[in-house]
Amino acid sequence: MPDVSLTVDGRKLTAPAGTLLIEACKSAGIEVPSFCYYPNLPLQGACRMCVVKVEKMPKLQTACTTVVTEGMIVATDSDEVRQARKAMVELLLGNHPLDCPVCDAGGECELQDMTFSYGAAESRFMEAKNHREEQQWSPVAYFDRPRCILCYRCVRVCGEAMDVWALGVQNRGVNSVIAPNQDDHLECEECGMCIDICPVGALTSGAYRYKTRPWEMNHVGTVCTHCGDGCKTTLGVRRCDTGMEIVRGDNRDKSGINNDFLCIKGRYAFDFAHNDERLTQPLIRKNGKLTPSTWEEAFGLIGKRFAEVRDKDGGSAIGVVGSNRTTNEENYLLSKFARVVLKTNNLDHHRTADYAAFAAALHGKPGKTASMREVFNAPAMLLIGNDPTNQHPLLAWQIRNNVRLHRSRLYVINSAPIKLRRQTAGFGLVPTGAEARAIAFLAGDDSLLDSLVSDITNRDAWSALRDKIRAEQNLVIAFGSELRGADIQKLVNFASSLTAVKLICLSDYANSRGAADMGLYPDLLPGYQPASSADKFHHEWGGLPTEKGLSLPEMVDAAKAGKLKALYVVGSNPIGRLSIDPFVFSKSFVVVQDMFLTETATIADVVLPAANAYEKSGTCTNTCGDLQLVKKAGEVTGTKPDFEMIVRIADAMGFDVRKLVPFGGGTHADMGQTRGAQSGEADRHAVWLEAHNLEPKMTPFDPIAILDEIQRLVAGYDVSRINLLAGNDQHIEIAESGPSVLHKPELIVPANDDLFSSGTLGRYSHTLNSVMENKPAETDVAAD
Amino acid sequence: MKFSEEFESRFTEMLTHYPTKRSVLVPTLLYAQDEIGSLTGEIIAELAQRLDLTELEVRNVISYYSMLTTKPRGKYNVQVCTNIACMLRGGEELLDHCKKKLGIGHKGTTQDGLFALEEVECIGACSWAPAIQVNYDFHENLTIEKMDKVLDEYRKKGTQ
Repeated sequence: MPDVSLTVDGRKLTAPAGTLLIEACKSAGIEVPSFCYYPNLPLQGACRMCVVKVEKMPKLQTACTTVVTEGMIVATDSDEVRQARKAMVELLLGNHPLDCPVCDAGGECELQDMTFSYGAAESRFMEAKNHREEQQWSPVAYFDRPRCILCYRCVRVCGEAMDVWALGVQNRGVNSVIAPNQDDHLECEECGMCIDICPVGALTSGAYRYKTRPWEMNHVGTVCTHCGDGCKTTLGVRRCDTGMEIVRGDNRDKSGINNDFLCIKGRYAFDFAHNDERLTQPLIRKNGKLTPSTWEEAFGLIGKRFAEVRDKDGGSAIGVVGSNRTTNEENYLLSKFARVVLKTNNLDHHRTADYAAFAAALHGKPGKTASMREVFNAPAMLLIGNDPTNQHPLLAWQIRNNVRLHRSRLYVINSAPIKLRRQTAGFGLVPTGAEARAIAFLAGDDSLLDSLVSDITNRDAWSALRDKIRAEQNLVIAFGSELRGADIQKLVNFASSLTAVKLICLSDYANSRGAADMGLYPDLLPGYQPASSADKFHHEWGGLPTEKGLSLPEMVDAAKAGKLKALYVVGSNPIGRLSIDPFVFSKSFVVVQDMFLTETATIADVVLPAANAYEKSGTCTNTCGDLQLVKKAGEVTGTKPDFEMIVRIADAMGFDVRKLVPFGGGTHADMGQTRGAQSGEADRHAVWLEAHNLEPKMTPFDPIAILDEIQRLVAGYDVSRINLLAGNDQHIEIAESGPSVLHKPELIVPANDDLFSSGTLGRYSHTLNSVMENKPAETDVAAD
Repeated sequence: MKFSEEFESRFTEMLTHYPTKRSVLVPTLLYAQDEIGSLTGEIIAELAQRLDLTELEVRNVISYYSMLTTKPRGKYNVQVCTNIACMLRGGEELLDHCKKKLGIGHKGTTQDGLFALEEVECIGACSWAPAIQVNYDFHENLTIEKMDKVLDEYRKKGTQ
């Protein structure tokens, strides 16, 4: 739209026609205060704080509902305006309890800020304040009615933005009160958006209330460790007797792909870190019992036994299981450690999406994947399988608000009437497991139509849906783990027949994509390079085993047959999550790195207490392929990051850790020759560092040293380092990866977590457990 | 939930009067209340379902309008205006008299369920102040004596 010119406080501004005056002012650095106005929420015009004087208009105007017009002359800070705002603050304070010294919001309260800006601290009202006791609406939501200033932000974010509609306003005038949907409590998705968006301390969270003051915390921006969406979260941390305690999670600075959105898990479920059952000492099985021990003894024992097995029975007698929640650096390091130190390709992880097939299908086809940001702006979207509301809350938020704010068209093909169907321009209900047939139908195979028909979607509806989807010029397709192997290839083929399509392969854990990208596969190295013919990595890492290794189920079989002498499990609980018989490993030497004594850890010979993703640094890659920086926020004394433990084990096995982690060096004129597979050649790593203006890292425990190597060697990961370190998401191009291979579809096991569960982490989160216990059994689909 | 045929035909017709379904909520609530006596949880659930609203939204609207109630009230709802014109002409005395005579206060209901009493804002009958409204009927230019007569008539009508 054409720009219009206007004058604000004597400054000439231009803004696109249709811009709200308050936004135009904000873009020019002119602050217009407001309580009820909130970007991307429906306009309310309730608080009257944003009043400004517009010449030739009678009375003061609310800048939040006034659209800029040509030649408009505005005063935002005249005496008249200031007086009006002061009067509003005075009225708001008329019934406000002024309990700032105990209020959670004290120090970051918008009403406090306004009172300081406009005065009105002295009240002229003599009336008794209208007091009501605070109410607990859910395990995580509390409401303090007297503090409420009735800005309706919570009502709108819950309604329009979350599509939950659990909050309303009852009564009117001075008696108005925010009300939950079930008389005295809430039945909702417990996202906490209402609490976060509350400008005062009326809505407070069970996790944070009365615990600390905002200025007593350090705030660390990192990435949520629950689902695969990769929301940025700002963790408020505070010193405690066991290190650094996380007391709050939010994203009020709106950094990252999620703007200010977080779901219940990102906002509250960090409390697993301080669960009493957290392991803080290495445990060694002595006389059949796991006994607390020292790190030295544990590493010594592991190093000795791993080396013995490798030298006696060969690397093929060792199995390694990696994690979906460790960082890319740890996954890469584990991938390298298994191949280079343990000499085995028996490496796998809990696969929740078929990224290997995705990489194979997109090999050499650049520009075919969508980032999480693109979902918010795509003109049209197709969702196949999955239930984002439960499994990918951020994706659901992006889709929902794209439909609401940008009138994007959403098409859904699913075997259940998922909640997002409310936003659809076309919904196809398929029989369970028929998603792949639906794609074949979309691609033109009419013979499958009869097998797709259901009560909700008849023949004509399917044909209409197909016509609509095919007519889209610019489409983002997201698909769940219902599609695997060859079906993904078929989807990509169909997508290639349309004008412009970008894809998202949905996986379940925080770094499922990273685990796949870093080669936690028995037959794939980092960047989906087949282990059998990976020239680059043979060159870089030295001699690698080339025969295909064992997948996780094959490792179980090998253990049953007594052929698996040792098992190394990093941050994973295959016995608990994949229902593996715990006794099959009774003859193997099992080492587990985990936070808790999981089903897998209980059968281990050595258990090492691990730090979680909130307690270490590195990077992780979300389900869309957006690479983000993970920063250390919390700390629990007695634990170590998996990175350090892997390096220590390599060292204990007598391996030169310089060959594992590229650190130090760079002091010779020829830049190395002391490290690398072929000593005597120029040190390629040092050359790369030099070319990228980076310095050698000084310790073997620095994950950034491995990030250097990842950026140098893993296809697609050579993104802007400065942007990454600045905390910006960087989209990875999967098309540059190796040719990959197709695996058996049954190797994909969905996590089946919903909004209130999160694998092992969820089991140790008091908040998630208390919300689950509080739920009536019948509301499986939250607020649907 | 079963409504009368009259209600149903009114409801069906009303749906055609507005561009969006939810717009019929307020008149519908009023008709339902006239028919059942108060807006029970059952009515709220039924109308929410019919109009694609949440029950909370229906409750929000009910709580906003003082003429709508979720609690059963007397058969004859005596609404005494005490706004300025009526107040100057004895509206408050009328209210006090009703309170004494009926033995109930503002928003109360007599034990026999016959009368409810309410102090209301202007009912638009200032020219004939003091005035009261009983259900949908107006009684104007009242005195204490006339008030007694009005109440007695309703009592007679209600107990026949």
